[in-house]
Parts: sequence; structure tokens; C-alpha cells
Amino acid sequence: MAILDKKTIEHVALLARLELSEEEKELFASQLGNILNYIEKLKELDTSRVEPMAYATATKNVFREDTPGPSLKLEEALKNAPDKLQDFFKVLKVIE
Amino acid sequence: MKVTELIYLTGYQLKEKLLSRGLTAQEVVEGLFAHLDEVEPIVRAYLLLDREGAMRKAREMDARLKKGEGLGLLGGIPIAVKDNMCTSGLKTTCASRILENFIPPYDAHVVERLKEADAIIIGKTNLDEFAMGSSTENSAFKLTRNPWDPKRIPGGSSGGSAAAVSAGTALMALGSDTGGSVRQPAALCGVTGLKPTYGRVSRYGLVAFGSSLDQIGPITRDVRDAALLLQVIAGRDLKDSTSSDIPVPDYLKEIEKPVKGLRLGLPREYFMEGLNEEVRRAVEEAVKVYKKLGMAIHEISLPHTPYAVAVYYIIATAEASSNLARYDGVRYGYRAANTQNIIEMYSRSRVEGFGREVKRRIMLGTYALSSGYYEAYYLKASKVRNLIGQDFSSAFESVDFILCPTSPTPAFKLGERLANPLEMYLSDVYTIPANLAGIPAISIPCGFTRENLPIGLQLMARPFEEAGLLQVARAYERETEWHLRRPEL
Repeated sequence: MAILDKKTIEHVALLARLELSEEEKELFASQLGNILNYIEKLKELDTSRVEPMAYATATKNVFREDTPGPSLKLEEALKNAPDKLQDFFKVLKVIE
Repeated sequence: MKVTELIYLTGYQLKEKLLSRGLTAQEVVEGLFAHLDEVEPIVRAYLLLDREGAMRKAREMDARLKKGEGLGLLGGIPIAVKDNMCTSGLKTTCASRILENFIPPYDAHVVERLKEADAIIIGKTNLDEFAMGSSTENSAFKLTRNPWDPKRIPGGSSGGSAAAVSAGTALMALGSDTGGSVRQPAALCGVTGLKPTYGRVSRYGLVAFGSSLDQIGPITRDVRDAALLLQVIAGRDLKDSTSSDIPVPDYLKEIEKPVKGLRLGLPREYFMEGLNEEVRRAVEEAVKVYKKLGMAIHEISLPHTPYAVAVYYIIATAEASSNLARYDGVRYGYRAANTQNIIEMYSRSRVEGFGREVKRRIMLGTYALSSGYYEAYYLKASKVRNLIGQDFSSAFESVDFILCPTSPTPAFKLGERLANPLEMYLSDVYTIPANLAGIPAISIPCGFTRENLPIGLQLMARPFEEAGLLQVARAYERETEWHLRRPEL
């Protein structure tokens, strides 16, 4: 039976960059635990000789010529920015 | 022509009326909006209406008709677009606070195709946030109601698109289908919904959820319209390297062929426990229709069906957790105020911008991909996915098409399944396998319950066999009148 403790939830939330509330941590611990229990049923199957399938189609890498084409104009690319400075997206200081 | 007649034409019929000049495109759009103003307060299918854009396009159509010019394949047909497909200059929100004010600078490939084909885009329809859900109740903005019973859900996640086509507020719509999000709402709203083969339609400009599963598909009043709309959106697009260059056939020509002699498989795993009795009876009646049409009926087995939902909720959430990492409050979308450092800015923007189901799925997907769990969950699920795919390839050696219910139950009541996410996930038990295997599947109306709720019949086919799939669906439609029933609003 899969049980998610608070520490695991907090670790996963950090990886996912989600600052969950205490209430959400508790809720998700129990709900995700339930879902993972359901998923346990996959263990019934012997898959030692089965290849994983990432895509349903047989398509392999698709290449095209590297030719320049039109792209977004700068002002269009910046139009939805929450914050900007001149031609840049503006964020908090990243480097100490 | 009365408004009530006009709004329930199929797109195909409407176009013929426009071409024979029995009607103008402006009359159509005015009539449609008059009807919409009456019923939309009940149904609430739309997140955004583009009245001005629609009227402008209608005037352009009329001017061209007056000059004796022809129209594109979808000339003058009012169409709704699910709000997870980018529309240049029109808000595209995915029903999420995190994209509440996002105005795309470009059109999704399918939207570009609609415009080139002279469709009239009416507006953007409601959905479960980021298409994650089976009832459209996970929208951050509004609840959409089932036109057949406003106390019930329209299905999801393309609930707005299905409700609009059913309620007469769009003649056709586009939806997207990751685990049944076109077919299940189509079934629950009494309309037709097609999920094409993975790669048949470009996903460029469709906001990504599960990239190995997502496909855009038509939601329409009948099979002929589904063929018409697929004709417009199908085909290779250089901007989506997973879109296929397999030639697109002339669907409208193919679908009228007789079905005699074709082999139909009934997978026994789809008729077991959990299937509503009224749904079962309606689907069994549909089998009789096919028997009468001369199709050979075989019972088949798809033995790994019971594992499909578990596989799906690992793979779809893993892909979603990766796809949704882009919402970080930097380049577009919501950014939390008053944060102290960049990590806090990411984490608070995301926690405040995403709704609960989206967070739940990001958590599950992140867990399944995290160090120490990857093999037990993601890798295991990818292997079982292969087994599910093999089930279908072996089945299609002995039959040409597979028939089953679309949804185990008719539309459930608003709020009924919100408390238990797992119960909600199990609503998609019959639709998920087609996404995992990448094969095309369609839902068409096949009856009504005693409470007058629509029931959907699902047909599946080999990859890139949309023409045959539509042909078999069309054969049933010609024999029955379920698709002609309209809700009383």
C-alpha cells in the first residue's frame, strides 16, 4: 500500500515548484495515496520482456532543412510579459 | 427560414443553403447570436464570444457570394473553438487563472486551417482547466451545463464545445482529446465526436497537456460534418514534427460506401462490471443495426483493458508535469506579487495560478518521474502501454472495427464526482485505450435513457483509418434518428 508522508509531499512539491498550503499537503497526501494504490495493479503484470512505448506512432526523428523563416517580432514576444525592461523579460535577481 | 430551424442545420446543409443563396451569412450569424442570447445563460458553454469578428467574416462571405465567388470548405459555417487552442489576438485561457489574460500572438495550425476554409469563428469554449477533467467542472471561470438537463455535467474536458453544438450555439466545434475529452462530452451531450489517429492533425498551437496522447478532433451534429471538418484540419504541418505525411483521403466521398462484409469486434472487457444497464442495452441495439447491414460481428478480447486507466494516469500526468513547467511567471501568464526571490516567485505564481486538479496532476506526474520512482511508475506504465497497443494490433488482425460504449454512464449530476478524483478518472475507462494506442475513435449518438439523457456509441479503427471509421459511423446514422433529436431549452 502506497502511502505518501508529509516529507515526500514536500519534496515533490519542491521539485514541482508548487508552494502548497498545509491544507493542500494533507489533501494531496491522502488523494495521491489512493490513486497510487489503484496504480499498484500494474505490478500484477510481468513486463520483464516488454519494451516501453513512448509514442504510439512509428515516426522516428524528423529532419528538415535549416532555412531561416519569419519569427515573432520582439514587441509581440514581449506583449504578454508580466514585467519587462526595454527588450527583456524582467525577473528578480537570480545570481547572488 | 426561422431561427430555430437555422441553428439546427448541419454545417454541410447550411453551406448548401448559402451557396444556393437561400440565406445570407449575416442572417445566419445574427440568428445564431439571437438564439445564443437566450440559451447561453443556461448552458454557459463559452468563455469568450467574438461577435464582431463573426459578423465581419459573415459580411465578407456575403460580399463574395454576391460577386458569384465560391466559398471554402467551411464557407459561412459558425464554429466554436475550445479555449486551449491559440487564436491570434483573442484570449486563450485554458480555463486557468494562470493564463487568464493571455492573448496569443499567433494562430494554432487548426485555427489557421479554419480561417483558410472560410469558417466563421464564434468564440472560445469552456473546458476543464488545461483539459484535465471529465466534467468541465475544473474550469476556473464557469460551470457549463448539459443542454439535456442543466443539473448535469456536459462531460469533459471539451464540455463547452459539445454543449454548444448540442444547444445550437455553434454548428460545429473543435475539441481536444487526451483520454476521451472529445468523445465523452460528445456522448453525454448527444452529438458526434471524433478523435483522429495520433499524428493525423497538427498540435501546433494546442496548449500541451499529454504530448504523446493529445489530438484535436471535430465535434459536430452528424458524421458527414465530422468528415467535412476533419478534411479541413487533417494533414502534415511542418511546425508539428509528429504530424503525419500519410495522404488525407476524400472523406466525404468515402463515407457513403456500404459496410456489408466488414468485420466488427465487440471487446468483452468493455461490457463488464460498471457499465450502466441502459447504456448496455442501447449499444446492443446498435449491434443489431450493424448485423442487419451485413457486417460480421465477432466477440474479441482486449485483455489489458483493466490496466488502461492506471497507465494513463501515470503517463498523462508525467507528461503534464513536464509540459506545465513552462508556467513560471516569467514570459507570460500570471505572476505572484511581492515575492522575495526567484524560486518563491515561481512557486507562488504556480500555486496561486493553477487550480486544484492541475496541481494534483502535476504532483502525481512529478512523483512518478522522480528519482527512485521512475522505474516503478513511468517505465512500468510505458511497458503496459505497449501491451495495450499490442492488444489492438492483434484484434485488428481478425476484425476491421471495434464497437463499444463511449462512457459507462450517461451524464452525471454537477458536483457528484468532485470529492473523489479516482471515481472521476474512471469515467474515461472506455476512451483512454484509444489514446494510449494512438488509434482513431468516434462517438455517435445511439439512444436515450428513460430520463432522456443521450447515450454514445464508440467505434475504433486501425491507425489512419478515419475514412473507414466515418463510413461505419455514417452507415449507422443513415439507419437511425438519434442524431436528429434536440434538447428543449
